[in-house]
Amino acid sequence: MHLPLSDMYNQPDERNLLDQMRQGVIGQPLDRPEGPLKVSGTATYAAEWRIDGCVEGVLVLAGIAQGQVSKIDRDAVLSREGVIAVIADPAMTRRPAQGMAAKAPQQDAAKVEYFGQPVALVVAQTFEQARDAALALPIHYTDADGDPVPFDPAAPGVKVEAPSSSKPVEGGDLDQAMQNAAFSVDVEYETPGHASAAMEPHATIAQWQGDSLILHGSYQMLSYNVKEIADCLGLSADKVRIIAPYVGGGFGSKLGITHEAVAAALAARELGRPVRVVMSRQQVFQTVMRRSETRQRVRLAADPAGRLIGLGHEALVSNLPGEKFAEPVTQATEFLYGGENRLLKVEVARISRLTAGSVRAPGEAVGMQVLEAAMDELAEKIGIDPIELRKRNLPSAVPVAGTPYSSRMLTQALEQGAEAFGWSARQDRPCQTRDGDWWIGMGVASAARVNMMVPAKARVTLKADGSAVVESDQTDIGTGSYAILGQIAGEMLGLPMARVDVKLGDTVHPAGAGSGGSFGAISTGSAVMYACEAIRAKLAKALGCDADALVLKDGMASGGNAPARPLRDLLNGEDIAETGTIKPGKTAKSFSQASYGAFFAEVAVHAFTGEVRVRRMTGAFGFGRVLNAKTARSQCLGGMVWGIGSALTEELAFDTRDGHLVNHDLAEYHVPVHADVPAIEVILLEERDAAASPLQAKGVGELGICGAAGAIANAVYNACGVRVRSFPLTLDKILPALPDPFASGADTAL
Amino acid sequence: MKPFTLDHAANAAAALSAMGQGATAIAGGTNLVDLMKLQVATPERLVSIRRTGLDSIVPDGTGLRIGALVTNADCAADMRVRQDWPLLAQAILAGASPQLRNRATTGGNLCQRTRCGYFYDTTQACNKRAPGSGCAARDGFNRIHAVLGTSDACIATYPGDMAVALLALDAVVLTEGPFGPRQIPLAMFHREPGDDPTRDNVLQPGELITAVRLPAPTGGTQVYRKVRDRASYAFALVSVAADVTMEEGRIARCALAFGSLGTVPWRDSAVEAALVVEKPSPALFDQAAEILLRQARGFGANDFKIPLAARALAATLAQATKG
Ligand SMILES: Cc1cc2nc3c(=O)[nH]c(=O)nc-3n(C[C@H](O)[C@H](O)[C@H](O)COP(=O)(O)OP(=O)(O)OC[C@H]3O[C@@H](n4cnc5c(N)ncnc54)[C@H](O)[C@@H]3O)c2cc1C
Ligand code: SF4
Repeated sequence: MHLPLSDMYNQPDERNLLDQMRQGVIGQPLDRPEGPLKVSGTATYAAEWRIDGCVEGVLVLAGIAQGQVSKIDRDAVLSREGVIAVIADPAMTRRPAQGMAAKAPQQDAAKVEYFGQPVALVVAQTFEQARDAALALPIHYTDADGDPVPFDPAAPGVKVEAPSSSKPVEGGDLDQAMQNAAFSVDVEYETPGHASAAMEPHATIAQWQGDSLILHGSYQMLSYNVKEIADCLGLSADKVRIIAPYVGGGFGSKLGITHEAVAAALAARELGRPVRVVMSRQQVFQTVMRRSETRQRVRLAADPAGRLIGLGHEALVSNLPGEKFAEPVTQATEFLYGGENRLLKVEVARISRLTAGSVRAPGEAVGMQVLEAAMDELAEKIGIDPIELRKRNLPSAVPVAGTPYSSRMLTQALEQGAEAFGWSARQDRPCQTRDGDWWIGMGVASAARVNMMVPAKARVTLKADGSAVVESDQTDIGTGSYAILGQIAGEMLGLPMARVDVKLGDTVHPAGAGSGGSFGAISTGSAVMYACEAIRAKLAKALGCDADALVLKDGMASGGNAPARPLRDLLNGEDIAETGTIKPGKTAKSFSQASYGAFFAEVAVHAFTGEVRVRRMTGAFGFGRVLNAKTARSQCLGGMVWGIGSALTEELAFDTRDGHLVNHDLAEYHVPVHADVPAIEVILLEERDAAASPLQAKGVGELGICGAAGAIANAVYNACGVRVRSFPLTLDKILPALPDPFASGADTAL
Repeated sequence: MKPFTLDHAANAAAALSAMGQGATAIAGGTNLVDLMKLQVATPERLVSIRRTGLDSIVPDGTGLRIGALVTNADCAADMRVRQDWPLLAQAILAGASPQLRNRATTGGNLCQRTRCGYFYDTTQACNKRAPGSGCAARDGFNRIHAVLGTSDACIATYPGDMAVALLALDAVVLTEGPFGPRQIPLAMFHREPGDDPTRDNVLQPGELITAVRLPAPTGGTQVYRKVRDRASYAFALVSVAADVTMEEGRIARCALAFGSLGTVPWRDSAVEAALVVEKPSPALFDQAAEILLRQARGFGANDFKIPLAARALAATLAQATKG
């Protein structure tokens, strides 16, 4: 048996080690070990560390969209009680770092590129003093060099570019296919900008020890973040340590470092004392990351049998000039359905709004919801059940590229989900079901999200006392990293969970994957598994059996002819520490890897007012091995809740005159609240996928949002016959096309 | 947040005296503190009125007197309110969240300020916050703004729910101030912006709300219908408070008030007059809506409020007249 330590993942690891283990903890719906700390308020989040002598910094945001800071009137606030300093250092960042940048984002905050960009930091003894001074600080600007950048992607003269991050997919002749089609759909949809809206605002406490920097912060990908900070400050990365054991959600906004981190570090260096910078909710909304709004044209051409012969998906997204990230709207369209004649393309408009970046399943979240709404339109035109349309269009290999699928549970998800949901009760025409003042309808959509592996390391130490410690800088942003990494180690080493301790979120540990792109569990989890495999090899040797024959369970080792012995005996006073490593390799290219699923929604649309309320949802998902049935279910649930937000309520409203964000708090940026979230059923479909990871698992974190809003929009149409092609489906868009409420429906007719 | 001092008044007299010297009253603080954090309100002296003892609900003849410091949660839970003025309980429970209602008070709720995003953002022009600076909402993102009672200076709504029910119930605001006690009918309490949008209501500097008085119960069918973007924890896009008495299939009496439609809680006697003695029908509801909205004017993003108000009125009347 080979030990693939440090190996690139070039070949599917078909050994499927986890299924040969005996402990029986893998996959179990175990509670998160850190849960009690979180619900009792004793988990320490970034801003909550008590650090002696720490003073408070508050960022000052630009009240203009474009220009150059010419003068900062420091004296106007320095005389105020408690105010210590006004920091306006060229090293301060004007944009946050994109995920996995691993180098400094744009610096020199004196050049203002978007409304609300941080331009300075005020430091004072108390937070209140700093905030007061920050709001009072007079800043003078001169006009920006060059032409003004428009605020709106629809503005005349806006510069539109092909993104460097993705290439169009072209095959055959789509126009011809549209002409030849027996049934076709050619529609344009819009989705608005979204905020990540994580519960914990971005915060950093910076503290220097000599020429080394320690940050307590709230980040998703520490090994990258360390490099980003170091690059900003001109340090070597080994001089920076980040401590982030608990992170109150990120949803993409904490993949890269944001403004407060560098500002805190600079202030702490200048003042020679620790500085804490916590962003307000409004500042987070205005400065960290937005999901780009999108305009999407979808063309679907089908033959008489309802098979796709052509598929077009073209999107216009936006970002600041020069920014590489472009919302990868068509990412799942590439592999989901057939149609050899195709054109998939993303273009990016250069505008002056805060940086666009990764927010909750970049690409699929908004791309799938639109594609799946368009598929519903096609099913209606053909006159077949929308589930049947999807099943008829699953290719045997990725169109154009020809890549085989590693695994795909889409058909099973559609069928089992339909069964559990009661899809057969759906009316195939709108306006058929009325419950009092409400029209009732049902909708379906597929779920798909690419599977990604990123380089990861983890160290596992089997201690002489027979307990184990797992260490990685992997973060747990509320998803269950602590739980599943412990389960993998427990399963591999035959230990009950009480004997496994997981230490995360500190860059003194080996570099894990970080949390993003649904890759944390499979990447860092694989590293943990390989570290355990190395430990098992040593144990087998000590026991005198083949590694293959070694059985570990409940702290006992047995195998071959050797008598069973407690691990503690076998270890003989010595710890065994091994570091596991995994890096993406050829499997990433030789297989199309994705997680799949299906969403079902029942909605009610108010016949008078057009209000939409989701009544129930079912999601069925296949994402390889389920590592923990509880945390996986919670991820799917959360994704579907975001799907409700994306379908019905969430929208960043920018003022197109000056580019400022109008609804920059949680009172006016509407995420779903409890009353918006009905009973949601989640069905987990077990699967094994060796190409995706040695764990046989694929990513699940973002899957639950990828298409969910499409199912809701389709249900709205099924309920009341109004097809809204602009998300979110707020009542003002539904109202004009609603049928006369008195004309039908027994309960309200007078 | 500008540094400030905070004192606690032990009774109404102490509060009034502090307010007479320029202190700003703070009750639950759920609106005022937010405004202070954003530097929209910059009081240097606060007097907390939470310990003034104005926090009881007592009978008042055939009506009820609700102390200014009664929390929204307590008011909505009061058995007398729930039985005899259910409209008020419904309206309060349709607002904010349990946490906020536990803290928010009757007086503070009446005085809550608009949710216009430009008002809350000191980088923006706003005549209500900075007189003479202009109104950025008028040609801006005005989806939540008013379509009735607007002026060139301001188009912001009074955003609350409780006051809309109180308006339909003919409540009276009781105050104490430098010029003695006043009884202000709710219909006269809030001010349309005109050319001075800085003052949302008729309270004079130093004047304290001590209570709200409800007249005798009407015995009508009471419905508070709040139309909003999400199922809870959102301000109304439009709300309708209806109190209707039917006799022999005809509308014998009705009171209708509207929230988030006008710059103030909105009531229009002509609408009620058009309905009384008539038999309910979709055509009648349309007629009422037409009267209500004859002067309505949208500013772009809020145009939809006009048809929405008509439909919300129809839905509410259909329900309230069903008997
Ligand atoms: C996120 C959020 C959502 C909300 N949603 C809703 C909603 O859906 N519907 C709704 O109706 N409301 C809603 N509210 C508003 C809430 O109801 C008000 O903030 C609350 O009622 C104010 O009461 P308070 O006691 O906290 O007032 P405070 O904040 O203490 O005071 C508000 C103002 O009233 C003045 N004041 C207070 N008491 C008196 C008095 N006795 N005499 C004179 N002046 C006085 C103060 O000086 C201050 O100017 C929401 C608020 C928030 C923050
Ligand atoms: S509507 Fe009123 S509150 Fe809003 S910006 Fe205009 S003046 Fe200010």
